Amino acid sequence: MRSKLARRAVEGVVRAILVGASGFSILTTTAIIVVLTLETTRFFRSDGVSFTAFITGFEWNPLLGAEKHFGIWPLICGTLIVTIIAMLVAIPLGLFTAIYLSEYAPRRVRAVLKPVLEVLAGVPTVVYGFFALTVITPLLRGIYAGFEIYNVFSAGLAVGIMCLPIVCSISEDALRAVPTSLREGAYGLGATKFDVSVSVVTPAALSGIIAASLLAVARAVGETMIVALAAGNLARMIWNPTEQAQTMTAYMVQIFLGDASNFGVEYYSAYAVAATLFVMTFLLTLLGHRIRIKFREEYE
Amino acid sequence: MTAPSGLVRRGNTQRALKNHVFKWFCGLCAAISVVVLGILLTSLVMQGWEHLDWDFLRSAPSRKPKIAGIGPAMWGTIWICAACAIAALPLGVATAIFLEEYKPVKPPLRRLHSFLQLNISNLAGVPSIVYGILGLTAFVQMFGMIGNLNDPALTVGTPEDWYYFQLPFGRGVLAGGLTLMLVVLPIVIVSSQESLRAVPGSLREGALACGATRWQMVWRMTLPAAVPGIMTGSILAMSRAIGEAAPILVIAGIVFIRFTPHHLMDEFTAMPLQIYDWAGRPQEEFHKVAATGILVLLTILLAFNAFAVLIRQKFQRPLQ
Repeated sequence: MRSKLARRAVEGVVRAILVGASGFSILTTTAIIVVLTLETTRFFRSDGVSFTAFITGFEWNPLLGAEKHFGIWPLICGTLIVTIIAMLVAIPLGLFTAIYLSEYAPRRVRAVLKPVLEVLAGVPTVVYGFFALTVITPLLRGIYAGFEIYNVFSAGLAVGIMCLPIVCSISEDALRAVPTSLREGAYGLGATKFDVSVSVVTPAALSGIIAASLLAVARAVGETMIVALAAGNLARMIWNPTEQAQTMTAYMVQIFLGDASNFGVEYYSAYAVAATLFVMTFLLTLLGHRIRIKFREEYE
Repeated sequence: MTAPSGLVRRGNTQRALKNHVFKWFCGLCAAISVVVLGILLTSLVMQGWEHLDWDFLRSAPSRKPKIAGIGPAMWGTIWICAACAIAALPLGVATAIFLEEYKPVKPPLRRLHSFLQLNISNLAGVPSIVYGILGLTAFVQMFGMIGNLNDPALTVGTPEDWYYFQLPFGRGVLAGGLTLMLVVLPIVIVSSQESLRAVPGSLREGALACGATRWQMVWRMTLPAAVPGIMTGSILAMSRAIGEAAPILVIAGIVFIRFTPHHLMDEFTAMPLQIYDWAGRPQEEFHKVAATGILVLLTILLAFNAFAVLIRQKFQRPLQ
């Protein structure tokens, strides 16, 4: 009788501990939202700062000049250019590598390629930043002298290399999850491997591929060390990727490394930028989740 | 009949050619990643070879690149990663057990459960620098509610003691470790969930049928079967923590530190930070030092990954 009671007590205590541990992740999300909201509100209450100017302004110079301007668009512009260049590298390369791995690769090639991709996925981002600065940029400058020492193109390439394993491994999982019967059906109709890959397997795995790409976009938008090292520190609207620009994350690094007096308006502007970044990545993650659920093709 | 068959044959060779070209194109794309990794490693070795010796591992950073070393940064990384592991592993595994083994039956609770799951996949997508900002407010300053950095609300011992402790934590090892914990927690949770999910349901049903309570089933059947997978995932999560720079940058800043940390509140620097500092300097010579630091960092990461693969191969026997 006593042991039964004891068992029930243990069960209750354990359940309480587990619920508490799970609650921690909810607490983390809440804390992020609360901290960002509070400090961003403090930023918008400061003199010379307004919300409309923040989301519509095309000038961002909190540290230089007599008059401070807080318009977020130059930072978003830098982030977008880096992300677009990165995705132009990562999505096609990742997708074709995934198709090769799941449809064509012989076992021996696969045994080499998979570890290589795992190593690339495990390389710390600061290493990619160093690579961009000391290898990619000099190479680009060797090809075309117009590239600045810090330029968005080289940072974008490095971010793309960083995102490639993400796109590849998730897309490959999606391609492999397509049932063999579909492939066999297509082969039975006389299709070649090309036909099967392009018009049967890839469309069937499309939701997974799109989700993988969105995840990579979110990673590229939030990537910090590569752009802090290689993209430069000049916030402005540019279209030319050979020039330098500042991204949202690079601005945060600049502020938190102490370029601004603590607790001045520039300091709190970093929180407003962080809030913008958080909202962007949150929406991307949510969209990826939706797409994966809504467009999933079930074949069982 | 000659004309159609000729047509068909030509169509077939064209299709075969297309297939062939596509195959080589995909293979070429796949080869690019191998080439990139090759260039990356070669350039690192070529730049970093010069400074690589035992002194580099022991000595402190310096203004002179010739005698600069990574010693304090290595110890800083060991301290914060230990703090991170001690905090993240129990929390992560407990959350994973709750999500996988305590699935509720009632609809409202089930909705809460799937909300929890969505929340975790969302946390995994939060940029790491945002976690750094959270750590700065939550751990370094404790929301400014419990004293401030110059006048801590609670201190235990003096800064000379090894057990020195204060609230708020300040820009110390504990704050850094806990911030890293926030970054890797979603990874630990997801990988632990996957290994728990891989345990066959028949084991659970057998345990429950023998009269085990749910926790007895988890503790004696599911968890032991899932431990190799959980360990592999945790080691990979820790190797992410070792290389993570952005959140630590917000917590610790770039500081010149010549000593290893003495207590949990001590200032620190970490290997990725030190590498960032060196790589950001204009002098060529420091880039070489940065490359040497990267070689050391990559060696540690490689050892971690090899260890994870070893565990996976040694202990993961199929459970059917």
